[in-house]
Amino acid sequence: MIPVPSLSDFNLQYTLPALSITVWAAILLVIDLFIPRERKQTTAWLAAGGVVFAFVANAFLFNVNEEAFLGMFRADQFTAYVNAVILGTAFIGILMSVDYLKRTQIERGEYYVLMLFSAAGMMFMAAANDLIAVFVALELLSIPLYVLSAFRAPDTKSEESGLKYFILGAFASAFLVYGAALIYGATGTTNIPAIFAAIGSVAIGGSASILLLIGAGLMLVGLGFKVAAVPFHMWTPDVYEGAPTPITAFMSVGAKAGGFAALFRVLASALPTFVFTDGSIYAVWQTSVWILAAATLILGNLVAIAQSNIKRMLAYSSIAHAGYILMAVAAAGTAGIGDAAARAALFYLMAYMFTNLGAFAIAMSIEKDDGSGTNISDFTALSKSRPGLAAMMAFFMLSLTGFPPTAGFVAKFLVFQETLNAGLVPLAIIGVVTSVISGYYYLNIVVKMFLGDGEGDPAAGATPYLRWAAYACFAGTLILFVLPFLGTDLANSINLAVALAP
Amino acid sequence: MEATGLSLLTVILFLPLVGMTIMFFIPGDQGRNIRYTALGFSLVTFALTLVMWASFDPNVSGLQMVQRWEWLPSFGISYYVGVDGVSLLLIVLTAFIMPVSIFASMASHIFEERGREKWYYLFLMVLEWAMLGAFMIQDLIVFYIFFEITLVPMYFLIGIWGAENRVYAAVKFFLYTLAGSVLMLLAILYVGNQAGTFAIPDIVRAVQAGTLTFPFDGLFSPQSYLFMGFFIAFAIKVPLWPLHSWLPDAHVQAPTAGSVILAGVLLKLGTYGMIRVLLPVFPEATVAWAPIIGVLAVIGIIYGAWVSYAQDDAKKLVAYSSVSHMGFIVLGIFALNGQGVQGSILQMVNHGVSTGGLFLIVGMLYERRHTKKLADYGGIWKALPIFGAISLVITLSSMGLPGLNGFIGEFTILLGTFGSDVLGFFFALFATLGIILAAVYMLYMFQKVFMGELDKEENKHLHPMNWMEYAALVPVLVGVFLIGIYPALFFAPMNSTVTEIVTQVSHFVTTVAQAVP
Repeated sequence: MIPVPSLSDFNLQYTLPALSITVWAAILLVIDLFIPRERKQTTAWLAAGGVVFAFVANAFLFNVNEEAFLGMFRADQFTAYVNAVILGTAFIGILMSVDYLKRTQIERGEYYVLMLFSAAGMMFMAAANDLIAVFVALELLSIPLYVLSAFRAPDTKSEESGLKYFILGAFASAFLVYGAALIYGATGTTNIPAIFAAIGSVAIGGSASILLLIGAGLMLVGLGFKVAAVPFHMWTPDVYEGAPTPITAFMSVGAKAGGFAALFRVLASALPTFVFTDGSIYAVWQTSVWILAAATLILGNLVAIAQSNIKRMLAYSSIAHAGYILMAVAAAGTAGIGDAAARAALFYLMAYMFTNLGAFAIAMSIEKDDGSGTNISDFTALSKSRPGLAAMMAFFMLSLTGFPPTAGFVAKFLVFQETLNAGLVPLAIIGVVTSVISGYYYLNIVVKMFLGDGEGDPAAGATPYLRWAAYACFAGTLILFVLPFLGTDLANSINLAVALAP
Repeated sequence: MEATGLSLLTVILFLPLVGMTIMFFIPGDQGRNIRYTALGFSLVTFALTLVMWASFDPNVSGLQMVQRWEWLPSFGISYYVGVDGVSLLLIVLTAFIMPVSIFASMASHIFEERGREKWYYLFLMVLEWAMLGAFMIQDLIVFYIFFEITLVPMYFLIGIWGAENRVYAAVKFFLYTLAGSVLMLLAILYVGNQAGTFAIPDIVRAVQAGTLTFPFDGLFSPQSYLFMGFFIAFAIKVPLWPLHSWLPDAHVQAPTAGSVILAGVLLKLGTYGMIRVLLPVFPEATVAWAPIIGVLAVIGIIYGAWVSYAQDDAKKLVAYSSVSHMGFIVLGIFALNGQGVQGSILQMVNHGVSTGGLFLIVGMLYERRHTKKLADYGGIWKALPIFGAISLVITLSSMGLPGLNGFIGEFTILLGTFGSDVLGFFFALFATLGIILAAVYMLYMFQKVFMGELDKEENKHLHPMNWMEYAALVPVLVGVFLIGIYPALFFAPMNSTVTEIVTQVSHFVTTVAQAVP
């Protein structure tokens, strides 16, 4: 007879941040029915309130180290850190959406509910301690995003965006499930610590390990799709361009945070370093991730140069940044580097959150109500009409390049540091060289804004809430540079392997 | 000498940033308030650097007025400032050049066309902060940060207030120097990982004690690769031939103050970095590569002089002369003896003062005639006699006339090169050729502009110098004479620091000679 677990066995209190968002989103769906159409802003504030509640709960649970949902869910510092990034993204995303939805006339309460559901999916993904949980969380993350991408329907670009994302996303999910199934076949379990225990730190060989390798490869494909790693990036530019801009901003950071968290869980926790019979120690997936990272860095940065639309440019830039975080993932494959690399990746995600959301906020401020005005040439002479916005945008561009005095510099410093520590010198060189290349297209925006001739766009979209979002991002980008230990110390006791001791 | 409270250096370093913050809140249409705030802060900063000089103990070879705060303690990175004989004069030079540039900017008319006066002075203040930081900071990562930040305000100064081709020049300047310095970042990360700290004095101590070694067995070995990572970044900044091609573009397009600061201070970041990092941290690679770098420096000296002579544009001529002069400084550094390095440090100051002065002169001519072509001038002395006399002194000082500042620096460098164990007679011989060529192109320019008949109608009614132009040029003249007549004042503080650095390197001259055939 299967024992029936009691409620207390679920350890629900440790899942409070993610759980509260899920429950609140479900309740909000009902509440929204009673909010009159012209006052949908109320839904936004209720959603933001839920995010703040979850953030506070997350802060209280920051240093716990527990399992919940009978081992499906892991609440540790890693989860809490990623949660903080996701909740920050959701909060700033809501702030950016309020006026945007109104002026583009797509304001509906479901929008915020879907955003919360997606955020919950991301948070569950960060906490996933089981391959099944990874899959369920991935679907919870993705399905609301498919809908949100098409939210500007009947605009054809937005419809295309949603459909494309859905079809390719479904494909990627299939890869992920198949990979999980093969890993189950090899090890007899889907639980991440149990997989590790089953493999052990021993030499691999035989048929089971081939299943394991293929399984790991397929999971890499599925998650690589979510984080937009080359060659699984094809959807990114079209989806980013067609989706409503706040959603583009939200998914460029949030989905990436969730995807990378799961990558670390699966690769660094379940399938960490192997000791081979010939005495060499490394993770089998390191070379694959190495190649993915290099390809992502090179392609993302090179193709971004050719873009003339800011949303497409930021899409390729987001591909490129996936490459930098993949550098940290690759570094995690070297024995003893795993936790430090995870810390570098987490800091990178936080820096990227502030920087990229800030860049999108400024891009939104010059976007017209009909969705036009997203060309890079629309930035021309912005420094004359709106010097403050232009200065902030220049700062965000420097941060994306990884140039001091910005958070992006510290983030890249940490990632390069771990890549060198892991002995991946060629990858580090590719990283710095592509950083210089990225300087060209980021600088191009600055050239347009400050050195271009003309009147400058009035930036009518820079409504008060959007401006506050931009200020918050600016402050975050600056503070993470001046006091970087605020970001790094939070991750001090991350230990991905702690649960895995056999 | 750990300071208990705030070190004077910290105060000096952040003063321009305070000024910038205040100016940020002055409305953009109050040009006068903005100008004078910038001027006031730069003058106070300069005065404080003189106080720093006065309280500097020349008998101490290590760092003084040290202050250290943790920044990223888990990685061994700290905010760590200090001053020694190498950086003292460069800090003073930076603070000296800044008010001069502000006077020159006040006298110019760039804002009538381009506007945005407030942002211009804001960028100047940020630039001063970044340059002072680069000279004071003793932590590799934070040094790199300041080294890079200098690019941003300069990029805007060239790009917004430059000449016709400004955008191209600004982007080229930015990307060229960025490309060089990211390789340095990798080298820094590697060195820091090996040493467990990024503090330069700690790394140098570990290298001297033998607890930290970078494997060296010839021109191509791990230490040499690290050396190259740093060297290429510095060489681009200097710029050393053949990495100089960004310089003429940047100089010609930059506004006057931009050129003055670029030539006066920014280029010195490269040569300063060589003395600060390369010599003490990679002594073997330094010795091994010194002759090759010496050859590049000599080529740069002759090439720069030669190309200068071929120019018909006054600003380009002065820009290429910088390539030539900076070649001398690199040559002196890689002579690896006391005279060479001391001469180089002094020559950095000399070049900052003299070439800065030449850019001021070209800028003032341009203000009056709106042309930089030598052929458009002639007989200016007759129209503006005082201006002509000042220009003559500065031209002669740049040529290296005995009694003026340039002579002292170049002579000491040549002595050092001649007596060097790694360079020697032929390097000195060819470098001397550069001095002769310098006389040729400098006198050529002076003659074309100031001598001859005042035959062009537009040149006859030039308005005389105003007080701001005097305020910019007279300090330069004072510098020219002071260094020329009383050089001991400037050599005194650097002596013990340089001796210490050079002694450590010279241990390796014989051992490396065996490793490198």
